[in-house]
Amino acid sequence: MSDQPVVRGHPAATIEFQHVTKRYDRVAASPGGPAAVEDLSLAVPAGRICVLVGPSGCGKTTSLKMVNRLIEPTSGRILIDGVDVASRDLTDLRRNIGYVIQQVGLFPHQTIEENVATVPRLLGWPTERRRERAAELLALVGLDPGAYARRYPAQLSGGERQRVGVARALAADPPIMLMDEPFGAVDPIVRTRLQDEFLRLQEDLAKTILFVTHDVDEAIKMGDLVAVMQVGGHLAQFGPPAEILAAPASEFVARFVGADRGLKRLSLTRVGDLDLRSPITARPGDDALAARARIQADPFPYLLLVDAEARPIGWLDQDEIDPAAALDAAAAIPTSPLLDRRMTLKDALSLLLDAGVQAGIVVDRHGATVGLLTVDDIAAQMRAPAGAPDEASAGEAR
Amino acid sequence: MNWAWIPANIGALIEATIDHIVLTAIAVGVGLAIAMVLSIVIHRDRRAYGPVTAVTGLLYTIPSLALFAFLVPITGLSLLTAEIGLVSYTLLILVRNIVAGLDSVPADVRETADGMGYTWGQRLWRVELPIALPLIVAGLRIATITTIGLVMVTALIGEGGLGQVMLRGFNFRNWAAVYAGAAITLALGIVVDLLLVWIGRRATPWAAARTR
Repeated sequence: MSDQPVVRGHPAATIEFQHVTKRYDRVAASPGGPAAVEDLSLAVPAGRICVLVGPSGCGKTTSLKMVNRLIEPTSGRILIDGVDVASRDLTDLRRNIGYVIQQVGLFPHQTIEENVATVPRLLGWPTERRRERAAELLALVGLDPGAYARRYPAQLSGGERQRVGVARALAADPPIMLMDEPFGAVDPIVRTRLQDEFLRLQEDLAKTILFVTHDVDEAIKMGDLVAVMQVGGHLAQFGPPAEILAAPASEFVARFVGADRGLKRLSLTRVGDLDLRSPITARPGDDALAARARIQADPFPYLLLVDAEARPIGWLDQDEIDPAAALDAAAAIPTSPLLDRRMTLKDALSLLLDAGVQAGIVVDRHGATVGLLTVDDIAAQMRAPAGAPDEASAGEAR
Repeated sequence: MNWAWIPANIGALIEATIDHIVLTAIAVGVGLAIAMVLSIVIHRDRRAYGPVTAVTGLLYTIPSLALFAFLVPITGLSLLTAEIGLVSYTLLILVRNIVAGLDSVPADVRETADGMGYTWGQRLWRVELPIALPLIVAGLRIATITTIGLVMVTALIGEGGLGQVMLRGFNFRNWAAVYAGAAITLALGIVVDLLLVWIGRRATPWAAARTR
């Protein structure tokens, strides 16, 4: 969203579920029906995003709503910074928790500015401070306050409304945010952008966030921690996304995260995270014989010609090197795609496959060569470091 | 036809018009207050909806003359009698519209209001009633027009505003008075309706924003 100075006062809080169960009594559900949430225990450290993911009916939204007590648990406790939410004053509790839902729930009769300042108004902030805060937050989520403050929600696009929803939830600087499919109602392109912007925002905000989605890809992308839930409100697995992809705890988790979880893991690693191999480089005009001797000793027998700033020019095959002449830039073949260090392995693989080549050249911000990444390197990353359960389910998935 | 009667009695006509407006305003004002309370009760507990609409619906179906005939022995030929009748007829329309208005509040709006820490009363006054306003105004327009017409009937129990003018006109075959009373009533209805539309638009700028 923008790189405004960030407006943060409250430190983040921890959230802990202790044996939380929710059953609906016979009035609301069929008698003997399964619990909505069954003995859920998990702890979210301060400042982290924990994603609750699972199929519909797995109790993820119910779990979320028990934190701000829109739903009361049948048994168990939920602690925020060690304090049982049941012991807190209801309105006070809720005013200190940001709440974002899929349909956004903006107030249609209020301007965007008034919507954003909702909780500050409940808290009795003076008008001028509310207005400043609203403008600050609109800028933070990438909406120009001058253009948007006086508009009504009906005049905004879906993506803009979602941004306003996030701004409103942040208004009173709550230590905790509850987000229920917050980017679920917009098209995939806008969703990706909102996700990226929110992650960038969170780097500064460092709120403790409980995030609900049914989309595994979103869970992996957004979560520092992912809680996979299954129907009946059971917690199937809880851990960092890489761990869940590498070692699914059960067949349900393996199936839920998908047969392509090897591929999904690639989106968790960035090109710069790997130990990149160094290409053998030379500059135009260098001695050809010496260069050929260097590549002949290497398992990857190609020479990368680079310019004076180490920017790649192209490849020379050992057979194309004329030992009698100096190295010639015109003979170099510039086929390899250039990869950014911040790119995910998934995107890098996609570029390599599109270009139909085995290796890409990794460059820094200035375009200088920093290393070489091959399809084999990426394939090696897809193979799980952890052993048995992964191998077994990977075999099943094929 | 003695058209000269109209300019000669302009003072009486103005007085009757003011009476008519006052009778209507009291009826709609009191009706709105009662309907609001009933609607909020229904909003709190849905089970009240059936009984409330049954009673207000019953009141609505009683012919006005029969209602006045029933009330006169108790409350006499009085303003109170007239207003009890008039108020009764507004309730069904107003309750139905206020409840429909409160029902029109989207569930996600209600959920976020709760989630952000609105109390029940804050949610009602600051969120639900404002959003219900277009439908409440729609009900108010119907109730007001109906009441302007019904005030005529209260001429039979000594009230009636412009109804009095028309009633006397009929009795004395003074057709100019009859036409004047009818025309002013019609004009009053149109003006008040337009006024309510205007007030409604002013109060809900956001509803117009939707179509932009």
